Amino acid sequence: MQKELWKGNEAIAEAAIRAGCRAYFGYPITPQNEIPEYMSKHMPKAGGVFVQAESEIAAINMVYGASATGVRAMTSSSSPGISLKQEGISYLVGANLPAVIVNMMRGGPGLGTIQPGQADYFQATRSPGHGDGHMIVLAPSGIQEAADLIRDAFELADKYLTPVMLLADGMIGQMMEPIIWKETSPLPEVDKPWAADGRDGDGKTHFVSSLRLESDVNERFVLSLKDRYAKIARDEVRYKSIGCENADLVIAAFGTTARIAQSAARKLDEEGLKVGLFRPITLWPFPYDALAEIAARDSVKAVLTVEMNLGQMHEDVRLAICGSKPTPFYGRTGGMVPEPRHIADKVRDILREMEL
Amino acid sequence: MTREMIIAGFGGQGVMAMGKTLIEAGLKEGYNVSWVPSYGPEMRGGTANCSVVISDEPIGSPVVTQPTELIAMNGPSLSRFEPLVEPGGLILVNSSQVENPSCRHDVRCYLVPCMEEAGKLGNFRVANMVMLGAYIKATGAVRMDTIKEMLGAIFYGPKAHLVALNIRALEAGAKYAE
Repeated sequence: MQKELWKGNEAIAEAAIRAGCRAYFGYPITPQNEIPEYMSKHMPKAGGVFVQAESEIAAINMVYGASATGVRAMTSSSSPGISLKQEGISYLVGANLPAVIVNMMRGGPGLGTIQPGQADYFQATRSPGHGDGHMIVLAPSGIQEAADLIRDAFELADKYLTPVMLLADGMIGQMMEPIIWKETSPLPEVDKPWAADGRDGDGKTHFVSSLRLESDVNERFVLSLKDRYAKIARDEVRYKSIGCENADLVIAAFGTTARIAQSAARKLDEEGLKVGLFRPITLWPFPYDALAEIAARDSVKAVLTVEMNLGQMHEDVRLAICGSKPTPFYGRTGGMVPEPRHIADKVRDILREMEL
Repeated sequence: MTREMIIAGFGGQGVMAMGKTLIEAGLKEGYNVSWVPSYGPEMRGGTANCSVVISDEPIGSPVVTQPTELIAMNGPSLSRFEPLVEPGGLILVNSSQVENPSCRHDVRCYLVPCMEEAGKLGNFRVANMVMLGAYIKATGAVRMDTIKEMLGAIFYGPKAHLVALNIRALEAGAKYAE
Protein backbone atom coordinates (compact mmCIF):
# COMPACT_ATOMS: atom_id res chain seq x y z
CA MET A 1 0.00 0.00 0.00
CA GLN A 2 1.31 3.36 -1.01
CA LYS A 3 1.60 6.42 1.16
CA GLU A 4 -0.52 9.33 -0.04
CA LEU A 5 -0.50 12.96 1.04
CA TRP A 6 -3.80 14.02 2.54
CA LYS A 7 -5.03 17.13 4.25
CA GLY A 8 -6.55 16.24 7.63
CA ASN A 9 -10.07 17.46 6.95
CA GLU A 10 -10.21 15.75 3.57
CA ALA A 11 -8.81 12.50 4.95
CA ILE A 12 -11.51 12.51 7.62
CA ALA A 13 -14.25 13.02 5.05
CA GLU A 14 -12.83 10.32 2.76
CA ALA A 15 -12.43 7.92 5.69
CA ALA A 16 -16.08 8.43 6.62
CA ILE A 17 -17.24 7.63 3.10
CA ARG A 18 -14.98 4.57 2.96
CA ALA A 19 -16.33 3.38 6.32
CA GLY A 20 -19.86 3.45 4.94
CA CYS A 21 -21.18 6.85 6.03
CA ARG A 22 -23.96 7.71 3.60
CA ALA A 23 -25.41 10.89 5.09
CA TYR A 24 -23.50 14.07 5.91
CA PHE A 25 -25.06 17.29 7.15
CA GLY A 26 -23.04 20.37 7.99
CA TYR A 27 -22.72 24.10 8.16
CA PRO A 28 -19.48 25.93 7.32
CA ILE A 29 -17.03 27.10 9.96
CA THR A 30 -13.23 27.48 9.96
CA PRO A 31 -11.07 25.40 10.43
CA GLN A 32 -13.08 22.40 9.20
CA ASN A 33 -14.57 23.69 5.94
CA GLU A 34 -12.76 21.14 3.79
CA ILE A 35 -14.92 18.41 5.38
CA PRO A 36 -18.25 19.68 3.99
CA GLU A 37 -16.50 20.77 0.80
CA TYR A 38 -15.11 17.27 0.24
CA MET A 39 -18.41 15.66 1.21
CA SER A 40 -20.35 17.86 -1.21
CA LYS A 41 -18.20 16.58 -4.04
CA HIS A 42 -17.72 12.93 -3.12
CA MET A 43 -20.72 11.86 -1.03
CA PRO A 44 -23.17 11.96 -3.97
CA LYS A 45 -20.75 9.81 -6.01
CA ALA A 46 -20.86 7.23 -3.21
CA GLY A 47 -24.65 7.20 -3.44
CA GLY A 48 -25.03 9.14 -0.19
CA VAL A 49 -26.67 12.37 0.87
CA PHE A 50 -24.95 15.71 1.39
CA VAL A 51 -26.88 18.66 2.75
CA GLN A 52 -25.49 22.04 3.66
CA ALA A 53 -27.99 22.82 6.38
CA GLU A 54 -29.28 26.27 7.29
CA SER A 55 -27.56 26.08 10.67
CA GLU A 56 -25.54 23.79 12.92
CA ILE A 57 -28.71 23.00 14.85
CA ALA A 58 -30.49 21.92 11.70
CA ALA A 59 -27.49 19.79 10.71
CA ILE A 60 -27.38 17.81 13.96
CA ASN A 61 -31.13 17.25 13.83
CA MET A 62 -30.80 15.99 10.26
CA VAL A 63 -28.21 13.55 11.64
CA TYR A 64 -30.84 12.45 14.17
CA GLY A 65 -33.37 11.90 11.41
CA ALA A 66 -30.98 10.02 9.14
CA SER A 67 -29.63 7.87 11.95
CA ALA A 68 -33.19 7.04 13.04
CA THR A 69 -33.70 5.42 9.63
CA GLY A 70 -30.62 3.25 10.20
CA VAL A 71 -28.14 4.98 7.88
CA ARG A 72 -24.61 5.85 9.03
CA ALA A 73 -24.72 9.61 9.53
CA MET A 74 -22.19 12.29 10.40
CA THR A 75 -21.78 16.00 10.99
CA SER A 76 -18.76 18.18 11.66
CA SER A 77 -18.10 21.62 12.99
CA SER A 78 -15.71 23.63 15.13
CA SER A 79 -16.09 24.79 18.71
CA PRO A 80 -18.84 27.50 18.52
CA GLY A 81 -20.79 25.29 16.11
CA ILE A 82 -20.49 22.31 18.44
CA SER A 83 -22.01 24.40 21.24
CA LEU A 84 -25.03 24.86 18.98
CA LYS A 85 -25.21 21.13 18.33
CA GLN A 86 -25.24 20.17 21.99
CA GLU A 87 -29.01 20.01 22.28
CA GLY A 88 -29.16 17.64 19.31
CA ILE A 89 -26.34 15.48 20.68
CA SER A 90 -28.24 15.10 23.95
CA TYR A 91 -31.28 13.99 21.94
CA LEU A 92 -29.15 11.43 20.09
CA VAL A 93 -28.05 10.06 23.47
CA GLY A 94 -31.63 10.06 24.70
CA ALA A 95 -32.86 8.23 21.60
CA ASN A 96 -30.04 5.61 21.55
CA LEU A 97 -28.91 6.78 18.16
CA PRO A 98 -25.46 6.15 16.65
CA ALA A 99 -23.78 9.14 15.00
CA VAL A 100 -20.32 10.54 14.38
CA ILE A 101 -19.56 14.16 15.19
CA VAL A 102 -16.26 15.81 14.33
CA ASN A 103 -15.11 18.80 16.37
CA MET A 104 -12.11 20.52 14.78
CA MET A 105 -11.49 22.70 17.80
CA ARG A 106 -10.51 26.37 17.70
CA GLY A 107 -9.81 28.73 20.57
CA GLY A 108 -12.74 30.02 22.64
CA PRO A 109 -14.75 31.14 24.50
CA GLY A 110 -17.31 32.75 22.23
CA LEU A 111 -16.19 33.21 18.65
CA GLY A 112 -12.63 33.32 20.02
CA THR A 113 -9.96 32.62 17.42
CA ILE A 114 -10.02 30.42 14.33
CA GLN A 115 -6.61 29.00 15.28
CA PRO A 116 -6.17 25.51 16.82
CA GLY A 117 -7.36 25.00 20.39
CA GLN A 118 -8.19 22.20 22.85
CA ALA A 119 -10.52 24.02 25.19
CA ASP A 120 -13.62 21.92 24.43
CA TYR A 121 -12.31 18.98 26.47
CA PHE A 122 -14.78 19.54 29.28
CA GLN A 123 -17.66 20.05 26.87
CA ALA A 124 -16.84 16.80 25.07
CA THR A 125 -15.98 14.57 28.03
CA ARG A 126 -18.22 15.75 30.87
CA SER A 127 -21.54 15.85 29.11
CA PRO A 128 -22.33 16.12 25.42
CA GLY A 129 -25.43 18.16 26.29
CA HIS A 130 -27.97 18.27 29.09
CA GLY A 131 -28.88 15.15 31.04
CA ASP A 132 -26.94 12.14 32.31
CA GLY A 133 -25.29 11.33 29.02
CA HIS A 134 -21.87 10.66 27.59
CA MET A 135 -20.39 10.06 24.20
CA ILE A 136 -17.21 8.25 23.28
CA VAL A 137 -14.52 10.86 22.53
CA LEU A 138 -11.58 9.94 20.29
CA ALA A 139 -8.54 12.22 19.99
CA PRO A 140 -6.16 11.68 17.04
CA SER A 141 -2.67 13.17 17.06
CA GLY A 142 -2.05 12.87 13.34
CA ILE A 143 -3.83 12.38 10.05
CA GLN A 144 -3.30 8.63 9.78
CA GLU A 145 -4.82 8.21 13.18
CA ALA A 146 -7.67 10.60 12.38
CA ALA A 147 -8.60 8.53 9.32
CA ASP A 148 -8.32 5.26 11.25
CA LEU A 149 -10.37 6.57 14.16
CA ILE A 150 -13.20 7.79 11.94
CA ARG A 151 -13.74 4.20 10.84
CA ASP A 152 -13.61 3.05 14.45
CA ALA A 153 -16.01 5.85 15.43
CA PHE A 154 -18.73 4.52 13.12
CA GLU A 155 -18.14 1.00 14.39
CA LEU A 156 -18.33 2.08 18.05
CA ALA A 157 -21.40 4.22 17.41
CA ASP A 158 -23.28 1.24 15.96
CA LYS A 159 -21.99 -1.16 18.60
CA TYR A 160 -23.08 0.95 21.57
CA LEU A 161 -25.88 2.99 19.96
CA THR A 162 -24.23 6.23 20.98
CA PRO A 163 -22.87 9.38 19.42
CA VAL A 164 -19.08 9.30 19.04
CA MET A 165 -17.02 12.47 18.78
CA LEU A 166 -13.72 12.79 16.95
CA LEU A 167 -12.10 15.61 18.91
CA ALA A 168 -9.24 17.19 16.99
CA ASP A 169 -8.05 20.73 16.41
CA GLY A 170 -7.44 23.13 13.55
CA MET A 171 -3.89 21.87 13.19
CA ILE A 172 -5.00 18.31 12.42
CA GLY A 173 -7.68 19.67 10.10
CA GLN A 174 -5.37 21.90 8.11
CA MET A 175 -2.10 19.99 7.94
CA MET A 176 -0.98 17.52 5.26
CA GLU A 177 0.80 14.28 6.05
CA PRO A 178 1.35 10.98 4.28
CA ILE A 179 -1.15 8.27 5.17
CA ILE A 180 -1.92 4.73 4.11
CA TRP A 181 -5.50 3.62 3.48
CA LYS A 182 -5.48 0.38 5.42
CA GLU A 183 -9.10 -0.71 5.17
CA THR A 184 -10.59 -0.68 1.73
CA SER A 185 -14.01 -2.23 2.31
CA PRO A 186 -16.87 -0.47 4.10
CA LEU A 187 -17.83 -1.61 7.60
CA PRO A 188 -20.24 -4.55 7.55
CA GLU A 189 -23.91 -3.62 7.63
CA VAL A 190 -25.35 -3.76 11.13
CA ASP A 191 -28.85 -5.02 11.79
CA LYS A 192 -30.91 -2.15 13.19
CA PRO A 193 -34.29 -3.67 14.08
CA TRP A 194 -35.29 -0.43 15.81
CA ALA A 195 -34.86 1.78 12.73
CA ALA A 196 -37.80 3.83 11.49
CA ASP A 197 -37.17 2.86 7.89
CA GLY A 198 -40.68 2.59 6.50
CA ARG A 199 -40.81 -1.19 5.89
CA ASP A 200 -43.71 -0.67 3.49
CA GLY A 201 -46.36 -0.46 6.18
CA ASP A 202 -45.61 -3.96 7.47
CA GLY A 203 -44.89 -4.80 11.06
CA LYS A 204 -44.81 -2.78 14.23
CA THR A 205 -44.49 1.02 14.10
CA HIS A 206 -41.04 2.20 15.15
CA PHE A 207 -40.87 5.39 17.13
CA VAL A 208 -37.42 6.88 17.79
CA SER A 209 -37.73 9.37 20.61
CA SER A 210 -35.96 10.66 23.70
CA LEU A 211 -39.19 11.62 25.50
CA ARG A 212 -40.07 9.48 28.53
CA LEU A 213 -42.86 11.22 30.41
CA GLU A 214 -43.00 8.65 33.17
CA SER A 215 -40.08 9.31 35.48
CA ASP A 216 -39.54 5.69 36.46
CA VAL A 217 -39.30 4.76 32.79
CA ASN A 218 -36.80 7.56 32.28
CA GLU A 219 -34.77 6.41 35.27
CA ARG A 220 -34.66 2.86 33.93
CA PHE A 221 -33.35 4.26 30.66
CA VAL A 222 -30.68 6.38 32.37
CA LEU A 223 -29.61 3.36 34.46
CA SER A 224 -29.31 1.35 31.24
CA LEU A 225 -27.00 4.08 29.93
CA LYS A 226 -24.96 3.75 33.10
CA ASP A 227 -24.49 0.03 32.49
CA ARG A 228 -23.53 0.69 28.88
CA TYR A 229 -21.02 3.33 29.92
CA ALA A 230 -19.47 0.95 32.43
CA LYS A 231 -19.02 -1.60 29.63
CA ILE A 232 -17.48 1.05 27.35
CA ALA A 233 -15.13 2.14 30.15
CA ARG A 234 -14.10 -1.49 30.63
CA ASP A 235 -13.65 -2.49 26.97
CA GLU A 236 -12.90 0.56 24.88
CA VAL A 237 -10.21 2.56 26.67
CA ARG A 238 -7.31 3.44 24.36
CA TYR A 239 -4.03 5.20 24.97
CA LYS A 240 -0.38 5.21 23.91
CA SER A 241 2.51 5.39 26.31
CA ILE A 242 5.92 6.14 24.85
CA GLY A 243 9.16 5.91 26.78
CA CYS A 244 7.45 5.71 30.17
CA GLU A 245 9.71 2.88 31.39
CA ASN A 246 12.08 4.33 34.01
CA ALA A 247 10.97 7.86 33.08
CA ASP A 248 11.89 10.66 35.49
CA LEU A 249 8.83 12.56 34.42
CA VAL A 250 5.79 11.68 32.33
CA ILE A 251 4.01 14.23 30.13
CA ALA A 252 0.28 13.66 29.68
CA ALA A 253 -1.03 15.27 26.51
CA PHE A 254 -3.56 14.54 23.76
CA GLY A 255 -3.91 15.33 20.05
CA THR A 256 -1.63 17.90 18.46
CA THR A 257 -0.11 18.83 21.81
CA ALA A 258 1.01 15.22 22.34
CA ARG A 259 3.16 15.18 19.22
CA ILE A 260 4.70 18.51 20.18
CA ALA A 261 5.39 17.11 23.66
CA GLN A 262 7.05 14.14 21.99
CA SER A 263 9.44 16.49 20.21
CA ALA A 264 10.23 18.03 23.60
CA ALA A 265 10.79 14.58 25.13
CA ARG A 266 13.21 13.67 22.33
CA LYS A 267 15.12 16.91 22.91
CA LEU A 268 15.33 16.23 26.68
CA ASP A 269 16.41 12.65 26.05
CA GLU A 270 19.51 14.01 24.27
CA GLU A 271 20.32 15.84 27.53
CA GLY A 272 20.00 12.62 29.51
CA LEU A 273 16.59 13.38 31.02
CA LYS A 274 14.16 10.51 30.71
CA VAL A 275 10.76 11.90 29.81
CA GLY A 276 7.85 9.65 28.89
CA LEU A 277 4.67 10.55 27.05
CA PHE A 278 1.23 9.31 28.04
CA ARG A 279 -1.31 10.03 25.31
CA PRO A 280 -4.97 9.20 25.90
CA ILE A 281 -6.70 8.32 22.62
CA THR A 282 -10.10 7.89 24.23
CA LEU A 283 -10.67 11.06 26.25
CA TRP A 284 -13.94 9.54 27.35
CA PRO A 285 -13.59 6.92 28.69
CA PHE A 286 -10.33 8.30 30.11
CA PRO A 287 -7.53 5.77 30.70
CA TYR A 288 -7.44 6.34 34.47
CA ASP A 289 -6.04 2.94 35.45
CA ALA A 290 -3.26 2.91 32.87
CA LEU A 291 -2.08 6.37 33.87
CA ALA A 292 -2.31 5.51 37.58
CA GLU A 293 -0.14 2.45 37.01
CA ILE A 294 2.52 4.47 35.15
CA ALA A 295 2.48 7.30 37.70
CA ALA A 296 2.93 4.82 40.55
CA ARG A 297 6.33 3.66 39.23
CA ASP A 298 9.23 4.61 41.50
CA SER A 299 11.22 6.48 38.86
CA VAL A 300 8.36 8.85 37.97
CA LYS A 301 8.74 12.03 40.00
CA ALA A 302 5.85 13.96 38.48
CA VAL A 303 3.21 13.89 35.75
CA LEU A 304 3.10 17.11 33.74
CA THR A 305 -0.10 17.81 31.82
CA VAL A 306 0.29 19.92 28.66
CA GLU A 307 -2.78 21.18 26.79
CA MET A 308 -4.00 24.03 24.61
CA ASN A 309 -6.36 25.17 27.36
CA LEU A 310 -6.01 26.29 30.94
CA GLY A 311 -6.28 22.88 32.61
CA GLN A 312 -9.11 20.58 31.53
CA MET A 313 -7.63 17.13 30.93
CA HIS A 314 -5.49 18.12 33.92
CA GLU A 315 -8.53 17.27 36.08
CA ASP A 316 -8.66 13.73 34.70
CA VAL A 317 -4.91 13.34 35.23
CA ARG A 318 -5.33 14.41 38.86
CA LEU A 319 -8.28 12.04 39.28
CA ALA A 320 -6.14 9.20 37.95
CA ILE A 321 -3.18 9.96 40.18
CA CYS A 322 -5.14 10.88 43.33
CA GLY A 323 -2.37 12.99 44.84
CA SER A 324 0.22 10.21 44.92
CA LYS A 325 2.63 12.26 42.75
CA PRO A 326 2.91 15.97 41.90
CA THR A 327 0.80 16.96 38.87
CA PRO A 328 2.12 20.24 37.42
CA PHE A 329 0.48 21.88 34.43
CA TYR A 330 1.55 23.81 31.34
CA GLY A 331 -1.13 25.24 29.09
CA ARG A 332 -1.50 27.74 26.29
CA THR A 333 -4.74 28.90 24.73
CA GLY A 334 -6.15 28.77 21.20
CA GLY A 335 -3.63 29.57 18.50
CA MET A 336 -0.72 29.84 20.93
CA VAL A 337 0.47 26.36 20.00
CA PRO A 338 3.06 25.30 22.60
CA GLU A 339 6.59 24.96 21.26
CA PRO A 340 8.80 21.95 22.06
CA ARG A 341 11.42 24.22 23.67
CA HIS A 342 8.85 25.78 26.02
CA ILE A 343 7.64 22.36 27.13
CA ALA A 344 11.27 21.28 27.58
CA ASP A 345 11.97 24.40 29.71
CA LYS A 346 8.98 23.57 31.89
CA VAL A 347 10.19 19.98 32.38
CA ARG A 348 13.69 21.13 33.34
CA ASP A 349 12.24 23.64 35.83
CA ILE A 350 10.06 20.99 37.44
CA LEU A 351 12.88 18.46 37.78
CA ARG A 352 15.29 21.11 39.10
CA GLU A 353 12.80 22.27 41.72
CA MET A 354 12.17 18.71 42.83
CA GLU A 355 15.86 18.08 43.38
CA LEU A 356 16.07 21.03 45.79
CA MET B 1 18.44 15.25 9.50
CA THR B 2 15.39 17.42 9.97
CA ARG B 3 14.65 20.42 7.76
CA GLU B 4 12.16 22.81 9.26
CA MET B 5 11.08 25.44 6.77
CA ILE B 6 8.87 28.46 6.55
CA ILE B 7 7.79 29.52 3.08
CA ALA B 8 6.09 32.92 3.06
CA GLY B 9 4.83 35.53 0.63
CA PHE B 10 1.75 37.25 -0.76
CA GLY B 11 -1.35 35.17 -1.33
CA GLY B 12 -1.18 34.13 -5.00
CA GLN B 13 2.60 33.79 -5.25
CA GLY B 14 2.37 30.03 -5.06
CA VAL B 15 3.75 29.80 -1.55
CA MET B 16 1.44 26.95 -0.50
CA ALA B 17 2.08 25.11 -3.78
CA MET B 18 5.84 25.33 -3.24
CA GLY B 19 5.43 23.67 0.15
CA LYS B 20 3.15 20.97 -1.21
CA THR B 21 5.53 20.25 -4.09
CA LEU B 22 8.42 19.87 -1.66
CA ILE B 23 6.62 17.46 0.66
CA GLU B 24 5.39 15.39 -2.25
CA ALA B 25 8.95 15.12 -3.54
CA GLY B 26 10.16 14.37 -0.01
CA LEU B 27 7.58 11.61 0.35
CA LYS B 28 8.64 10.09 -2.99
CA GLU B 29 12.22 10.01 -1.73
CA GLY B 30 11.19 8.22 1.45
CA TYR B 31 11.30 11.07 3.97
CA ASN B 32 8.76 11.83 6.66
CA VAL B 33 7.02 15.06 5.72
CA SER B 34 4.40 17.48 7.01
CA TRP B 35 2.85 20.70 5.73
CA VAL B 36 0.79 23.18 7.73
CA PRO B 37 -0.68 26.28 6.09
CA SER B 38 -1.36 29.53 7.85
CA TYR B 39 -5.12 29.81 7.65
CA GLY B 40 -5.77 33.14 9.28
CA PRO B 41 -7.60 36.12 7.77
CA GLU B 42 -4.24 37.23 6.38
CA MET B 43 -4.75 34.79 3.52
CA ARG B 44 -7.18 37.19 1.90
CA GLY B 45 -4.88 39.50 -0.02
CA GLY B 46 -2.13 39.73 2.59
CA THR B 47 0.72 37.42 3.46
CA ALA B 48 0.43 33.66 3.54
CA ASN B 49 2.88 31.10 4.83
CA CYS B 50 3.29 27.42 5.39
CA SER B 51 5.41 25.28 7.71
CA VAL B 52 7.15 22.38 6.02
CA VAL B 53 9.09 19.63 7.76
CA ILE B 54 11.17 17.09 5.83
CA SER B 55 12.94 14.59 8.05
CA ASP B 56 14.40 11.12 8.22
CA GLU B 57 12.96 10.87 11.76
CA PRO B 58 9.30 10.71 12.80
CA ILE B 59 7.92 14.26 12.85
CA GLY B 60 6.80 15.57 16.23
CA SER B 61 5.73 19.16 15.97
CA PRO B 62 4.57 20.07 12.46
CA VAL B 63 4.57 23.75 13.40
CA VAL B 64 7.81 25.50 12.60
CA THR B 65 8.73 28.35 14.93
CA GLN B 66 12.54 28.31 14.58
CA PRO B 67 13.10 27.48 10.92
CA THR B 68 16.35 26.06 9.67
CA GLU B 69 15.35 27.38 6.25
CA LEU B 70 13.26 30.35 5.14
CA ILE B 71 11.93 31.25 1.72
CA ALA B 72 10.71 34.87 1.72
CA MET B 73 8.82 35.82 -1.43
CA ASN B 74 8.16 39.42 -0.31
CA GLY B 75 9.41 42.11 2.05
CA PRO B 76 6.88 41.67 4.89
CA SER B 77 7.68 37.94 5.01
CA LEU B 78 11.40 38.60 5.25
CA SER B 79 10.92 41.14 8.06
CA ARG B 80 8.63 38.83 9.97
CA PHE B 81 10.51 35.55 9.74
CA GLU B 82 14.18 36.52 9.27
CA PRO B 83 14.79 37.00 13.03
CA LEU B 84 13.43 33.50 13.75
CA VAL B 85 15.84 31.56 11.53
CA GLU B 86 18.30 29.34 13.41
CA PRO B 87 21.90 30.59 13.33
CA GLY B 88 23.69 28.74 10.55
CA GLY B 89 20.39 28.38 8.71
CA LEU B 90 19.44 29.37 5.20
CA ILE B 91 17.40 32.25 3.79
CA LEU B 92 16.29 32.60 0.19
CA VAL B 93 14.87 35.98 -0.76
CA ASN B 94 12.81 36.86 -3.82
CA SER B 95 14.91 39.93 -4.58
CA SER B 96 12.43 41.05 -7.27
CA GLN B 97 10.00 42.04 -4.57
CA VAL B 98 12.19 43.10 -1.69
CA GLU B 99 13.67 46.58 -1.72
CA ASN B 100 17.33 46.68 -0.61
CA PRO B 101 17.39 43.00 0.33
CA SER B 102 19.93 42.21 3.02
CA CYS B 103 20.32 39.20 5.24
CA ARG B 104 21.65 38.34 8.67
CA HIS B 105 25.35 37.52 8.65
CA ASP B 106 25.03 34.30 10.66
CA VAL B 107 22.99 32.51 7.98
CA ARG B 108 23.53 31.44 4.38
CA CYS B 109 21.61 33.78 2.11
CA TYR B 110 20.70 33.69 -1.57
CA LEU B 111 19.00 36.49 -3.49
CA VAL B 112 16.85 35.17 -6.32
CA PRO B 113 15.20 37.60 -8.76
CA CYS B 114 12.21 35.32 -9.28
CA MET B 115 10.02 37.76 -11.19
CA GLU B 116 12.75 38.83 -13.63
CA GLU B 117 13.63 35.23 -14.40
CA ALA B 118 9.97 34.25 -14.76
CA GLY B 119 9.45 37.30 -16.98
CA LYS B 120 12.31 36.17 -19.24
CA LEU B 121 10.49 32.85 -19.62
CA GLY B 122 7.33 34.75 -20.57
CA ASN B 123 5.17 33.68 -17.63
CA PHE B 124 5.26 35.38 -14.21
CA ARG B 125 3.35 32.47 -12.71
CA VAL B 126 6.48 30.31 -12.66
CA ALA B 127 8.22 32.72 -10.26
CA ASN B 128 7.70 30.19 -7.47
CA MET B 129 9.33 27.47 -9.54
CA VAL B 130 12.35 29.72 -10.05
CA MET B 131 12.61 29.97 -6.27
CA LEU B 132 12.08 26.24 -5.85
CA GLY B 133 14.95 25.60 -8.26
CA ALA B 134 17.22 27.83 -6.19
CA TYR B 135 16.11 26.15 -2.96
CA ILE B 136 16.78 22.65 -4.24
CA LYS B 137 20.17 23.66 -5.60
CA ALA B 138 21.08 25.36 -2.31
CA THR B 139 19.99 22.50 -0.04
CA GLY B 140 19.80 19.26 -1.97
CA ALA B 141 16.76 18.58 0.20
CA VAL B 142 15.23 16.61 -2.65
CA ARG B 143 16.53 15.75 -6.10
CA MET B 144 15.73 18.04 -9.01
CA ASP B 145 14.82 14.95 -11.04
CA THR B 146 12.12 14.01 -8.54
CA ILE B 147 10.43 17.38 -9.08
CA LYS B 148 10.81 17.08 -12.84
CA GLU B 149 9.12 13.67 -12.80
CA MET B 150 6.28 15.10 -10.72
CA LEU B 151 5.70 17.87 -13.26
CA GLY B 152 4.83 15.27 -15.84
CA ALA B 153 2.06 13.98 -13.60
CA ILE B 154 0.71 17.48 -12.86
CA PHE B 155 0.74 18.88 -16.40
CA TYR B 156 -0.54 16.55 -19.10
CA GLY B 157 -2.84 16.68 -22.10
CA PRO B 158 -3.43 20.28 -23.19
CA LYS B 159 -1.19 21.48 -20.36
CA ALA B 160 1.74 19.25 -21.27
CA HIS B 161 3.70 22.20 -22.71
CA LEU B 162 3.94 23.62 -19.17
CA VAL B 163 6.33 20.85 -18.16
CA ALA B 164 9.17 22.32 -20.22
CA LEU B 165 8.40 25.85 -19.00
CA ASN B 166 8.52 24.75 -15.36
CA ILE B 167 11.76 22.85 -15.89
CA ARG B 168 13.32 25.96 -17.44
CA ALA B 169 12.12 27.96 -14.42
CA LEU B 170 13.69 25.47 -11.98
CA GLU B 171 16.96 25.62 -13.90
CA ALA B 172 16.93 29.42 -14.08
CA GLY B 173 16.53 29.58 -10.30
CA ALA B 174 19.24 27.00 -9.64
CA LYS B 175 21.83 29.32 -11.19
CA TYR B 176 21.38 31.76 -8.31
CA ALA B 177 22.30 29.18 -5.69
CA GLU B 178 25.51 27.86 -7.21
